[in-house]
Amino acid sequence: MDITIITIFVLAIFVGFEIITKVPPTLHTPLMSGSNAISGIAIIGALLATQLEGSVAMWLGFVAVVFAMINVVGGFMVTDRMLKMFKKKK
Amino acid sequence: MDIYINIAYLVAAVCFIYGLKMLSHPKTARNGNLISSFGMLVAIIATLAIPGNLNWMLIAAGIVVGSIIGAFFAIRVQMTQMPQLVAIFNGFGGAASALVACSEFLKISDGSTFTLIAISLSIIVGTLTFTGSFIAFGKLQGFVSGQPITFTGQQFLNALLALVIIGSTVMMIMGVEPMIAFYVIVGLAALLGIFLVIPIGGADMPVVISLLNSYSGVAAAMTGFVLVASNPAAGNALIICGSLVGASGIILTKIMCKGMNRSLANVIFGAVGGEVEGGGGSGKEVNIKSYSTEEAAMIFDAAEKIVIVPGYGLAVAQAQHGVRELAEHLESMGKKVLYAIHPVAGRMPGHMNVLLAEANVPYEQLKDLDEINPEFEDCDVALVLGANDVVNPAARSDQSSPIYGMPILNVDKARTVIINKRTMNAGFAGIQNELFGYDNSIMVFGDAKDMLTQLLSDIKEL
Repeated sequence: MDITIITIFVLAIFVGFEIITKVPPTLHTPLMSGSNAISGIAIIGALLATQLEGSVAMWLGFVAVVFAMINVVGGFMVTDRMLKMFKKKK
Repeated sequence: MDIYINIAYLVAAVCFIYGLKMLSHPKTARNGNLISSFGMLVAIIATLAIPGNLNWMLIAAGIVVGSIIGAFFAIRVQMTQMPQLVAIFNGFGGAASALVACSEFLKISDGSTFTLIAISLSIIVGTLTFTGSFIAFGKLQGFVSGQPITFTGQQFLNALLALVIIGSTVMMIMGVEPMIAFYVIVGLAALLGIFLVIPIGGADMPVVISLLNSYSGVAAAMTGFVLVASNPAAGNALIICGSLVGASGIILTKIMCKGMNRSLANVIFGAVGGEVEGGGGSGKEVNIKSYSTEEAAMIFDAAEKIVIVPGYGLAVAQAQHGVRELAEHLESMGKKVLYAIHPVAGRMPGHMNVLLAEANVPYEQLKDLDEINPEFEDCDVALVLGANDVVNPAARSDQSSPIYGMPILNVDKARTVIINKRTMNAGFAGIQNELFGYDNSIMVFGDAKDMLTQLLSDIKEL
C-alpha cells in the first residue's frame, strides 16, 4: 500500500509543476492565494478529527476546522476579488 | 458508499487541477478559481457523508466561525496588504494540517513507523509554517522590524533545534516517552519557524512568502500520509492537493530567487536585504539633473513611445490611479504606453500586476522583464516611479555591487529616463544608483501621487 500512495505523491508533484509553470507572472499573486486556498484541503482531515466525543483530539479537530475554513473561504474569496479586476482594454 | 466518496474526492482533485490550469490566462482565471472552490465544496460534502459519528454541532460551529473570519479578511483587505494576508492564510493552513496530525497522534495507540514519521513531519512543517507566517506577517505589517534580526550562533541554534526534533521523532517511533517527545516536537518546531524567518530582511519577503506557501502544501501532503492508514480516500485527496500547492510554491520561490539573482540558501541564511548597509554603498558622487514637472511635460509631449516602470514606492504613495490617468491621456494623444514589471516589484510574486489591475490598467499593457527589455532601445521616455534597485545598471557592470548579476530593466537604454523619487535615499539594498547621474537621466523629485497629478495638468496645458 505504501508504494501506491508514494506513487500518487510523486505524480501529483509532476502535475503541479507542469500546470503551474504555465501560469504567467501577471497572475502570480492570484495563483498564490488560490493555491493557498487549496492547501485548506486539510479541512477533510479536520472534519474527520472531530469524531471522538469529548476528547482533546476532538477539540484539536475543532480548531483545525476553524483554521482550515479561514484558509478556504478567505483564500477563494480574495482570489476572486483580485481576478475580477483583471480587465482587457476597452 | 466508500466508492462514491472516493469518486467525489477524485472529482475534487480534478477540479483543482483544471482550476489551476485555467489560471494560465486572465480571461479564464476567474472561472478557474470558481471551479477550484467547487472542488473544495465537493470534498467537504463527501467527507460529511462518510458514515461515522461526526460531531455535527462542533463541525457547524467551526465552519461558520472560520468562514466568517475568512470572508471578513478577504473583503476588508487592501491590495497593498495582500502579502500579509497570504502570509497569515498560509499560517492557518499549516496550523490546520499540524492540528489534524496532533489529533491523530492522540487518537491512535500504536501507529506504524510510517504513520508516526508522517505525523512528526506534518507537525514539524505545519507548526513552523504557522509561526514563520506570523513573523512574516509581523514584518510586512510593521509589527516586527523589517531589518534582519541576527545573533551569534543562530545557525548553530537552528541546527541544534533540528537535531533535537529528529531525536524526539525517533523516541516517538521507539515508544520511549512518546508524549514528551510529541510536546518537544510541537514546541521546538514552533521556535524553529520563528528563528528561520526573523533573520530575513524585508526586501526578501517575496521569497519567504512563496516558500511558506509551499510549506503549507507540504504540510497538507504529510497529513495525507498520516490519514491513509485510517481513511485512504481522504488521505489520497490530501496528498494530491498538498503536492500541487507544494509544487506551486517551489516554482514561485525559484522565480523570485532568480529575479534577485540569489540562491535560496543565500536568502534564508544570508541575512541581507536590510534598509542600510554602511550608509550608502560605494560612496561615489553622482551629479544629477533635477527638472520641474513643466520641463518633464515637454519631454513627454515630444515622445512617441513611453515605458512606465512602477516600483513598490508607487503603491506606498497610492499613486496607481494617477499613473493610469497619465497613461490614458498620453494614449489619447496617440502615444504608445507600456508598463515594465520586474519580477520582484512589489512585496510578493505578481503583486505589482494586481495593484495596477486595481487601478484599471488593462493587463495587455503589463510586460514582464524578458518582453520589455528589447523595447527600451527605441523608447523615447522611460518613466521610473518608486523603483530603484531593479533599474540599477550596476547589476550589469559593477562586479563589486551587492546586486551584481540581478536581472534588471534596462531603462538606461531609453532616449530619456525620467526618475521620480521622494529623496535621494538609497533603495532597499542600501546602494546608490549610478543611473541617476547618467547623461540621459532626469530626476523629478516629489511624492509620486502629487508629481503625477502635476505632470498631467502640465501636459494638458501645453
